[in-house]
Amino acid sequence: MATLPPFNIGPATEGNTQQQVSPTTPQDLQAPPRGKQSLITEVFRGIWHVVSLNWKMGLGFTIVGIFILLAIFGPLLARYNPSQLSQDILQPPSAQHWLGTTQAGEDVFAQVMIGTRYSIFWGLITAILVTFIYVAIGLSAGYFSGIIDDILMAITNVFIVIPSIPLMLVIAAYIPYKGSLLVVIAIAITSWAGHARTLRSQTLSVRNRDFVEAARVSGLPTWRIIFQEIFPNMITIVAAGFVGTMIGVILAAAGLEYLGLGDIRSVSWGSMFYWAQSGDALLQGAWWWFVPPGICILALSAALAFINLGLDELADPRLRIEQPGSKRRKKDSQSEEPVLIAE
Amino acid sequence: MRHLLRRIGFYIVTVWISLTLNFLLPRLVPGDPAQAFMARFQDKYVDPEMLQAIEIQFGVSHDPLWKQYLQYLVNLAHGNFGVSTSYFPTPVVTIIAQRMPWTLVLGIITIIISFLLGTLIGILNAWKRSKRLATLSTSVILTLSGIPYFWLAFILLFVFAFQLHWFPLNGGYDADITPSWSFDFFMSAAQHAILPAFTIIISSLAGWMLLMRNTMITTLSEDYVLMARAKGLKNWRIMLIYAARNAILPSVTGFALALAFVVGGQLFTETVFSYPGIGFTFVQAIGNKDYALMQALFLIITLVALTANFLVDMLYTVIDPRVRS
Repeated sequence: MATLPPFNIGPATEGNTQQQVSPTTPQDLQAPPRGKQSLITEVFRGIWHVVSLNWKMGLGFTIVGIFILLAIFGPLLARYNPSQLSQDILQPPSAQHWLGTTQAGEDVFAQVMIGTRYSIFWGLITAILVTFIYVAIGLSAGYFSGIIDDILMAITNVFIVIPSIPLMLVIAAYIPYKGSLLVVIAIAITSWAGHARTLRSQTLSVRNRDFVEAARVSGLPTWRIIFQEIFPNMITIVAAGFVGTMIGVILAAAGLEYLGLGDIRSVSWGSMFYWAQSGDALLQGAWWWFVPPGICILALSAALAFINLGLDELADPRLRIEQPGSKRRKKDSQSEEPVLIAE
Repeated sequence: MRHLLRRIGFYIVTVWISLTLNFLLPRLVPGDPAQAFMARFQDKYVDPEMLQAIEIQFGVSHDPLWKQYLQYLVNLAHGNFGVSTSYFPTPVVTIIAQRMPWTLVLGIITIIISFLLGTLIGILNAWKRSKRLATLSTSVILTLSGIPYFWLAFILLFVFAFQLHWFPLNGGYDADITPSWSFDFFMSAAQHAILPAFTIIISSLAGWMLLMRNTMITTLSEDYVLMARAKGLKNWRIMLIYAARNAILPSVTGFALALAFVVGGQLFTETVFSYPGIGFTFVQAIGNKDYALMQALFLIITLVALTANFLVDMLYTVIDPRVRS
């Protein structure tokens, strides 16, 4: 297996550590390409390289890619307007309506496609906002020790111990304006705290290194020390945190919309549940109404979870290298079949 | 000792913040419970005296904010949470006392099952990591981790209640049985609880498994595990006594914290099943704009979480000396 060329990214067996730990592929050894076009190919090659390092990330990125394509081009595939009412009430899936119709005669496939666009777009916005909040708070708390740290950490700890879902619902319930932005705000307020604490402790460990000291001595402004010197060291944590946040945000948004606290007039995965619930889809046996949006949420968040585990394994080699015992045995047996001897 | 005082201070401040938040949020937005209640008598003339009577009943006052705040704290100290508008005129406290046992029983049983099962799968998965079975189980669990609670609830309801008629469609017990300590009631409640319990267990399993798997893998690379192998100990002994035992601390913390969030955590599941617990009541209160009930529920949910967190903190100070420094 180890002799496989690096362009084979198919789900390699997990025991295939040889390929995972050797970052020097033939492409890397080539001279760095020049020019605009080769820059693009290089970016693709970089993505390709990361993806091929770890099959979990490969799978995750593929599914996320499909969803992004669906969000962009999906509505073009739908032959109906998602909010258009018609006489075809609660039709099961057919050639005419691929995923059937709702109680008001709307085409479920069209709704899922528009919902994909809506949910991914607002999910991204929310996740970016949440990430921005916890990066700012975590880095500032870690960099400025003393009173600023104390205050920021006190706020963070309060948000960690107050249960976030009920708080989110209370905020969403009290704000009289109902819409997409409400969901963003309610989620953003309640989901940053845990990551902020992680980033703070990371910042603490970086803060006293020599290069930060050097930057301070050379008179760089504080915000540049924080964001240009310290922040790049946190990129992997922030990336993993962003993926995790995205999962949380998608699930939370769907939950809020399902409870009718979001924008129930626009079509999203969550609001489809809301209408399916209020239209008694369950009691009428209209499974095609509530199954598709759930599968979308499930697939997207599972893909993100795969990416996250892949990132973890890249960041922490111990998670992917086999245990000493089984590795040795495998080398001895040299067998392609999984070793089934009980350990 | 200093650490202990700091933590106690923190929790007192947090309780105060959540009390104040609970007081301020409804007053920051337009409208009050009395108006919301009157809005139910649409297009009927409401005379001011009636409005005033209802305002008194619901504890709406036009005093300055600080006076209201003091009154609010005094009321809380007396356990007076006001009167529910949607279950008028039942006091909020009575409703909460009725609903709490449903949530606690369902929540605690499911958390224990889910924790044990998930941790066990995590141990086995880390142990047999290089095998196809482990890869498969990791994939299945990762996929499960993305399931929205309420959607899984929908699916289970559809298949097992609507199609197969194995389980009831909603509620906590059959309507023709009055809640009592009888065998019939117990069986009815158990039958109604099975689907919600499955929903919670399946969708929370992934978290336990991944947590245990990751710590377990780290522990497996420790020298004392190698030593245990070198001594030729039995595999189950290395796996459980050497590795798992040392890797379980984060999971135990997670378990204690999960108990803290039990009330809020199963809110969506309860809603889909119309299960008569705290979560469903909370969602109903929001839908009915029943502010008194909503405020009290949020407060109870928060206080339960804070207390459990506090106990975990204290436990940690006792069992882990590093925390004290």
